Amino acid sequence: MTTKTIDIGTAAMTASSEKTYTAWSRLLRVLKDLLANPSSGFGLVVIAILLVTALVAPWIAPYEPNMINLAKALQPPSATHLFGTDELGRDVLSRIIHGSRISLTIITIVSVIVGPLGLLVGTTAGYFGGWYDTVMMRITDIFLSFPSLILSLAFVAALGASLENAIIAIGLTAWPPIARLARAETLTFRNADYISASRMQGASKLRIIIKSIMPMCLPSVLVRVTLSMATVILTAAGLGFLGLGAQPPLPEWGAMIATGRRYMLDNWWLVAFPGGAILLVSLAFNLLGDGLRDALDPKQGH
Amino acid sequence: METQMDNPTPLLRVEGLRVSYRNGKAFTPVVKGVSFDLGRERLGIVGESGSGKSTIGRALLKLLPTARIEADRMDFEGTDLLAASERQMLSIRGRRISMILQDPKFSLNPVHRVGDQIAEAYRVHNKASAQVARDKTLAMLEAVKIRDPERVYGLYPHEVSGGMGQRIMIAMMLIPEPQIIIADEPTSALDVTVRMQVLNILNELVTNKGIGLIMISHDLNLVRNFCDRVLVMRHGEVVEERAARDMQNCVHPYTRGLLAAQPHIGGSRRPLPVLNREPAMRSTLEAQP
Amino acid sequence: MNNARFSAFGRQAGTILVTLIGLLILTFCIGRLMPVDPVRAIVGEEADRATYEMVAERIGANLPLYQQFFKYVSDLLHGDFGVSIRTGQPVINDILHVMPATIELATFAIIVGAGLGIPLGILAAVRRNKPVDHVIRFLTLIGHSMPIFWTGMIGLIVFYAALDLVGGGGRVSDYYIGLVPETTGFLLIDSMLAGDWEVFWDAVNHLLLPASILGYSSMAYITRMTRSFMLDQLNQEYVTTARVKGLSKSRTIWHHAFANIRVQLVTIVALAYGSLLEGAVLIETVFSWPGFGQYITNNMLVGDMNAVMTCVLLVGVIFIGLNLLSDALYKIFDPRTR
Repeated sequence: MTTKTIDIGTAAMTASSEKTYTAWSRLLRVLKDLLANPSSGFGLVVIAILLVTALVAPWIAPYEPNMINLAKALQPPSATHLFGTDELGRDVLSRIIHGSRISLTIITIVSVIVGPLGLLVGTTAGYFGGWYDTVMMRITDIFLSFPSLILSLAFVAALGASLENAIIAIGLTAWPPIARLARAETLTFRNADYISASRMQGASKLRIIIKSIMPMCLPSVLVRVTLSMATVILTAAGLGFLGLGAQPPLPEWGAMIATGRRYMLDNWWLVAFPGGAILLVSLAFNLLGDGLRDALDPKQGH
Repeated sequence: METQMDNPTPLLRVEGLRVSYRNGKAFTPVVKGVSFDLGRERLGIVGESGSGKSTIGRALLKLLPTARIEADRMDFEGTDLLAASERQMLSIRGRRISMILQDPKFSLNPVHRVGDQIAEAYRVHNKASAQVARDKTLAMLEAVKIRDPERVYGLYPHEVSGGMGQRIMIAMMLIPEPQIIIADEPTSALDVTVRMQVLNILNELVTNKGIGLIMISHDLNLVRNFCDRVLVMRHGEVVEERAARDMQNCVHPYTRGLLAAQPHIGGSRRPLPVLNREPAMRSTLEAQP
Repeated sequence: MNNARFSAFGRQAGTILVTLIGLLILTFCIGRLMPVDPVRAIVGEEADRATYEMVAERIGANLPLYQQFFKYVSDLLHGDFGVSIRTGQPVINDILHVMPATIELATFAIIVGAGLGIPLGILAAVRRNKPVDHVIRFLTLIGHSMPIFWTGMIGLIVFYAALDLVGGGGRVSDYYIGLVPETTGFLLIDSMLAGDWEVFWDAVNHLLLPASILGYSSMAYITRMTRSFMLDQLNQEYVTTARVKGLSKSRTIWHHAFANIRVQLVTIVALAYGSLLEGAVLIETVFSWPGFGQYITNNMLVGDMNAVMTCVLLVGVIFIGLNLLSDALYKIFDPRTR
């Protein structure tokens, strides 16, 4: 009797890990498709460039990002300063290069907050159901009914203006769609055989959620997180621009535009280049997101 | 009910019709050289799903925007359908060759009143006032045995039953008085009980008006009882052509298999034989009623 | 009224109520989280302890949190949204004062957005995977990806500073401010009422650029949605039916397919209109547009608690309202749900 139970249990675990494995290998195949498609491939390449730039910023930036040189203030783009200099004589290109680190930090931390939070809320709501589900879904609805920038603004206003708080605020507003998705996924295989098997075998609810359900949701959650990164980038830049995100002298792109605004009518490069960087990165995430959507849902494809 | 196979000048003459879809760089053929004539008769085309039978109907109307259509000949009363411009096709579709689609649930526009949809079919091809079109429509609704045409005229598609929906479809396709009707599985979405009723209405109208009918179906029994002549298709090719009453003499093993797989009253009660198929063909035979 | 419909109505009313309560809790939390001491904000830094206590007592700052929440809700129910610390005016008056400027901006923007977005979306769907589709897709992607405040600035640099085609910041040029009496608050209407066409055209000139840029971003969304709705419809059987009847392509597209997406379009245009609030926050800052967006930002920058809470609440209510409206539109205009 005992051996038999163990047998069923092992079978259940194998089935579960096999399902997880197929979900992951599907993701790998999707990645391959993405690189083959020119537009999502472009997105991937830009994101890769962002990553590399952020990693090696101090070595590739031609100048110190915060080096003030009033004698060289507000110089237009030239051979020595490819993107010109700002009102304090700082090299705009170097600041943009260093700014990529901030963007990457924002993206990383927001993903780290949003992914697990959304996954946790979604899977537990989907698995437990009942009033817990109802309450959780009402909460996500309330969050979803706000435009993300305004809600982030409100949180930042409550927490105080700083880069850290901006990241927390964005994280707080970006999880609901992910929770929604994780819940929907959980509902589809809550009653699958291998999950019933581990349930019958006496695995605790928490164990089932963590060991069997979460790994199954992970690939689609990853996709959804990628999709929301374009919005995250734009919201972070918007907060920086309004003076509620990263504070000067941090070379955050939105904040750079905010300071450049005062001089922009005569010195277009102060806003043009940082904004171009934001546009490029958010475009890259949108292209990648489109590609992912197409790869996962061929019916809706372009 | 006379077979008119020997009609010297058929309405429609199709020779070597080939339809293929682009698949990357290559073309995948779905219809591979089909030939037939159609007079003022009822021609059945039978086959499993995927045999290309439905594609033929749409190819005749040139309603396959993504497909490549070729033929040695596609002649409709002196018009070369293959060479016809889109403008010419607009005056042929509906007015001279029409088609009844499978499921009224999907083939009627959900946001327009059914009466307006029928009247529209009349008004595209006839210069008529709204009132005339309305009267024509009401008469047509009556012709398809709808009891309260005035009321039905104002209904939306979701408010009518499947059988009524299909009669509305028939009315819509017959109102411009076409010479050929293609009926693509006209009853497969309907309840068995209303099936005969709808078929009888269709049959009556087609026969009275001397319309050439192409009935496309997976149901050999139905086609055999309803049509004068039957083409059996498989894998995009015609494997058997035969007068319906002569069906029991069919020679092709596939047709014989199809016939054997049909239940019939008074037959043995042993399980029906299952079609033997080559492994290359995996698509399932549509469920027999 | 039959039973099923009544219970559906009840359920919907319940949902709205719960959402509203959640919204109130959310705004209340945001208010309490703020690092501003509401009593200090009223009495000032120099006030003595007795004054401080007295004021705290009066505004209920010394009560337990849940009682403060009830007081907050009951004040709201009595129409008391508090006084803005920054302007010293009741918040609701402030908001009513700035709203017309934003509505004017958003309305023009949505006309641009829907007026271009819907035809482009249909064109893209009809010409799917053709060059036109790719161009439109590129345009919408840019609209989706651009930081709108940046586009606003580039617009100012190009069309105002370099080409001098449009007005700069603000609703009108400085020398026209206050020339027409404020009857409705909508400058275009007010100047028309006053018959002052000079002010009117100047206002139009100022509105053009911010509204177009805002409109471009909502066009991106509307185009995308229209295209996908339309693609869905073009694959339906009834489209084949229409073609079989002998209808031309354009009649099939407009009279048949388009008729089926009208309701969906109204819905997304309504939602896009609401989302313009978000863009307005940024674009109003860039263009010094004295509207709701700028009001929110300024209050947040100084931590004006009552004003922030009310603004957030208002935005939430607007969105809930828009969602309800779009549901209602479905019920009214779609024959299947009537």
